Amino acid sequence: MALLEVKDLHARVEEKEILRGLNLTINPGEVHAIMGPNGSGKSTLSYVLAGKDDYEVTGGSATLDGEDLLELEPDERAAKGLFLAFQYPIEIPGVASMTFLRTAVNSVRKKRGEEELSTPDFLRLVRERAKELNIKDDMLKRPVNVGFSGGEKKRNEILQMALLEPKMCVLDETDSGLDIDALKIVADGVNRLRAKNRGFLVITHYQRLLDHIVPDVVHVMARGKIVRTGGPELAHELEAKGYAGYENAA
Amino acid sequence: MNAEVKMMRTAAETQYSDALAALPGAEPVRALREKALRLFAEKGLPHRRVEEWKYTDLRVLLREMAPLAGKPDAAALTEAKKIDLLGNIGAREITFVNGAFVAELSNLKGLEKGLTISTLGDALKGDATLPQFLAGLNPGKYDAVYALNTAALNEGVVIDVAPGAQITKPIHIRHIVTGTSLVSVFGRVVVKVGKKAQATIIQSHAGPDAVAYQTNTVLQLSVADDAELDIVRVQAEGDKAIHLSMMVGAIGTDSRFKSFALSTGAAVSRHTVPFAYAGRNARALISGATLLRGKQHADMTLEVDHALPGGESRELFKTVLDDESRGVFQGLIVVRPDAQKTDGRMMSAALLLGDEAEMDNKPELEIFADDVQCAHGATTGALDDDLLFYLRARGIPKKEAESLLIQSFFGEAIEHIENEKIRDAMMKRAGHWLAARG
Repeated sequence: MALLEVKDLHARVEEKEILRGLNLTINPGEVHAIMGPNGSGKSTLSYVLAGKDDYEVTGGSATLDGEDLLELEPDERAAKGLFLAFQYPIEIPGVASMTFLRTAVNSVRKKRGEEELSTPDFLRLVRERAKELNIKDDMLKRPVNVGFSGGEKKRNEILQMALLEPKMCVLDETDSGLDIDALKIVADGVNRLRAKNRGFLVITHYQRLLDHIVPDVVHVMARGKIVRTGGPELAHELEAKGYAGYENAA
Repeated sequence: MNAEVKMMRTAAETQYSDALAALPGAEPVRALREKALRLFAEKGLPHRRVEEWKYTDLRVLLREMAPLAGKPDAAALTEAKKIDLLGNIGAREITFVNGAFVAELSNLKGLEKGLTISTLGDALKGDATLPQFLAGLNPGKYDAVYALNTAALNEGVVIDVAPGAQITKPIHIRHIVTGTSLVSVFGRVVVKVGKKAQATIIQSHAGPDAVAYQTNTVLQLSVADDAELDIVRVQAEGDKAIHLSMMVGAIGTDSRFKSFALSTGAAVSRHTVPFAYAGRNARALISGATLLRGKQHADMTLEVDHALPGGESRELFKTVLDDESRGVFQGLIVVRPDAQKTDGRMMSAALLLGDEAEMDNKPELEIFADDVQCAHGATTGALDDDLLFYLRARGIPKKEAESLLIQSFFGEAIEHIENEKIRDAMMKRAGHWLAARG
């Protein structure tokens, strides 16, 4: 069975239709990339999958492991195994990083019928994962994302991904605002999480991220739908030729 | 020329005058009380056309005065013993039940060197200057709550910290109301901290739900030069209570003063803080968190008066309003001509959770010196949808995500409490409020 199955998805924000009949099938273990020009609806797709308010689905379906995603609350989707790494991770003053991480991990474990982690077990787990991502203790002592650099915020997203052990990871422009070293750390973090039962959807404007997170399938999105699908070589072609041919494709 | 309209006396005004005039009393308090009563008879309860009471019209909110509470009986003491607002914070407790000092619920044994704790009656016998101190407020300034409190002067406590004494054990003054009958309860607390001395005082208020009792408490403090005082106030009155309170104080040269107030109780509450910088280079932080639900009405009114140079004041108030509750913050910073180099910053932030909730924010600056730094800010807003979505996208259910954000909102004020045990106890109490959100 497909891990993520999106069929003829239509969605709008306020009165504007952004997704116009999007189809996408991701099987367990696969890494898909969606590339496309600005305004093609890439970020909207990620928000619709994660369940953000203000994004109204007007048609079609999206299932995770055969279960209707669109009926679920955002936190229920996360518990089912959907994870969205945000393009712009938000700062939450006053909420300690550790409190946030622990609340998130234990909420998800509880809904999955797993036992909540004890404090020592949780701390051990966070330290281990944080170390792999070069996240220092000092960062974890601050409120969530407050005072983090762009690179630190993105690494923090991957840390959350690693801790929540999702089935389906959606990375929204995770490369934006990263220098090459930060990009490598983030890509290594993602690659470590690749597994045969886990799927990835990497949304990006540029091909360079895909040198580090090599996809199985590359899609081109324009005007709210997938207009072309190919292998990793498609990303290189786009990098060379640009999106000029796709702006008006749909 | 202003045409002054003489207002009819309300039932409550007449009841106050009659009940308080009938109190027994000897000199020197008698003179003070009579003077306060005369003042009250003349000026009465404030109403919305009195600027400082614009949002809290006592003539309307306080229709009747509840009868004065009698001495607590055995049942009252049994009930009071069950009240434990803060858990074990290692404090020395002084307890008032229905306005009366209760020795058996107070711990006055083994007082630290330099610390004197006396009932008001005992203190008056030994200190000839006390009556004048109790007369308190700036002459010429009228406040109905203060006048009534003075007219009712009877029970109270005087805490005196001798110069140089470092009292590390917090002193917790508990005002507990018990029973199911409507009563009026008055209390006066005096805290004097001598030169280079240090103390931490907690004042808490608790009482039964569903009983429309009325409390009126005044905390009067003086902090001498180079002294340090921390005040933590917990207002957890029953949900039908009317709570009127004041913290009146003056701080000396190079002193440091910190206060924090957590308010969750009472149907109607008004806390007034007239606070004066009586010395140079004094520093004060006055903060609070007010958590409201249902139809609660809570008014926090500050008047910070900088008379001398170099003072630093910080005011930070957080108000969370659920349902149809109403919050009021009035903050006035006065910088007099001699108070050069004053540095004052005042912030009042409100978080509206209920669609019908209302917050009235009135920050004011009156500056008569030219070399000062003063700023004030006031914000009112709802929970941020983007923050909520971020938390929920990480698997945190809506209510819990809201709780995290609300906690972070009021936590910013609570964090200023230095004593860790007291700080934790405040977070815990605020946590109870959150947990009770349906």
